[in-house]
Amino acid sequence: MEDMSGFPQEITGKDKPMVSFRKVRKAYGSLLVLDDLDLDVSAGEMVSIIGPSGSGKTTVLRMLMTLEEINGGAIYVDGKPLTHMIQGDKLVPASEKHLRNRRSDIGMCFQHFNLFPHMTAIQNCMEGPVQVLGLSKEEARDRGEELLELVGMADKRDQHPSRLSGGQQQRVAIARALAMRPKVMLFDEVTSALDPEVIGEVTNVIRKLVAEHNLTMLMVTHQMGFARDISDRVCFFYDGKIEEQGPPVELFGNPQRERTQQFLSAVKEAV
Amino acid sequence: MLSWLFEDEWFPKFDWRWDYAWEILPRLLEATLNTLIAAAGGYAIALVLGLVFALAQRSQNKILTFVVREFVEFVRSTPLLLQIFFLFYVGPQFGITLSPWATGMIAIGLHYSCYLSEVYRGGLDSVPKGQWEAATALNMTTAQTYRRLIIPQAIPPAIPGMGNYLVGIFKDTPMLSVIGVAELIHTANAIGSETWRYLEAYTMVGLIFLALSLPAAALIRAFEGLVRRKLGM
Repeated sequence: MEDMSGFPQEITGKDKPMVSFRKVRKAYGSLLVLDDLDLDVSAGEMVSIIGPSGSGKTTVLRMLMTLEEINGGAIYVDGKPLTHMIQGDKLVPASEKHLRNRRSDIGMCFQHFNLFPHMTAIQNCMEGPVQVLGLSKEEARDRGEELLELVGMADKRDQHPSRLSGGQQQRVAIARALAMRPKVMLFDEVTSALDPEVIGEVTNVIRKLVAEHNLTMLMVTHQMGFARDISDRVCFFYDGKIEEQGPPVELFGNPQRERTQQFLSAVKEAV
Repeated sequence: MLSWLFEDEWFPKFDWRWDYAWEILPRLLEATLNTLIAAAGGYAIALVLGLVFALAQRSQNKILTFVVREFVEFVRSTPLLLQIFFLFYVGPQFGITLSPWATGMIAIGLHYSCYLSEVYRGGLDSVPKGQWEAATALNMTTAQTYRRLIIPQAIPPAIPGMGNYLVGIFKDTPMLSVIGVAELIHTANAIGSETWRYLEAYTMVGLIFLALSLPAAALIRAFEGLVRRKLGM
């Protein structure tokens, strides 16, 4: 088993990060996807992850959502280990029970929405609160309606996903994730599967969340303009590493690394 | 012109008697009810057990998966008639003594559950991986995910296959006559051996099977549509 002696059992202090990746490694077979990733995200911070496909961006979010196991290092959420648990005085890989306890801090929206097709919009939003958080149906419905209102989908509350456009489905998916009251929200290419004319309705919802809610957010995106507008920090991933990171004005306005410059100019040409 | 065909020397026994047919009809209708009960009982067992087998084959437990898969393969590769005989005549040696009715329903239910488990498996596999990921993101347990999300979505695409096996079970109920369940064939045999007239009884049994099987396909299609609409799919 991996020697975890260099890793703290808890991260403490007033400025402790909400999310902390420490020397996280991820490989599929012999293909190394992420190589000793170190990334701290402060509470309330909005971090965008950009980079070419295959650079490991989505994997970062999927590991944090515990959809993928890590092959080395550790991830902490709100100071406590997520991928590991404390046994005796050692960190050992997390059990399913530990994951269930810890991942309630995290919510995620997917590229293809993944709404439950056999449930209406409001039922989608009520499912987690009722089944997992143990809320009564009335409480869950109130909470769901409030959130559908927030994403501008209150009038479609009784529609099944098949009757909704991609943009509408994604907004319901955001409401569904928020209904669990996560501390950290993950957006995995949430506009990539959308028709151009509806991208705005989803980005506007995220803008609103950034402006009005003190959520910690990580967003993988191909929309550079959007990332520049709303992020506190942008991380450029290349080949399983953070090649460059910084405030959007600096990273987009004055990229230091050659690969960042190449990527950004290639993206600009494509638009 | 073709009158020679119907001469007595060619069809000496062709002699349909309506009064006799009318007379045996009540007994055949009663047997029809028995057939339907046996089919419904067997099907109910098969529906539940089939789902259990399908879920067991998807379990993380390698031993359970192996045992269930081999059992399903074994049952599917041996005749139903043998399984009925085995359960009824060999069962008592293992301390399992069941009435013909119970044996029949269990044998049919067990046999068809192995076929239905494959139908369910197809349906379960057809649910996209993204549904599991969304469930994880909501922190749902595996059991909750199956119960609330995966099984409801797996059922509609499985309905045509489930319906085919319902008709299959119905047509296999005559096998229960060998252990004395008074279903249609058993009753027709009894009637025939009493009077040495088989024509009316067997013909009517055939017509009853036809009358019940034919509309089944249309009903199953309608049911699938209904379920899909109910689930908003």
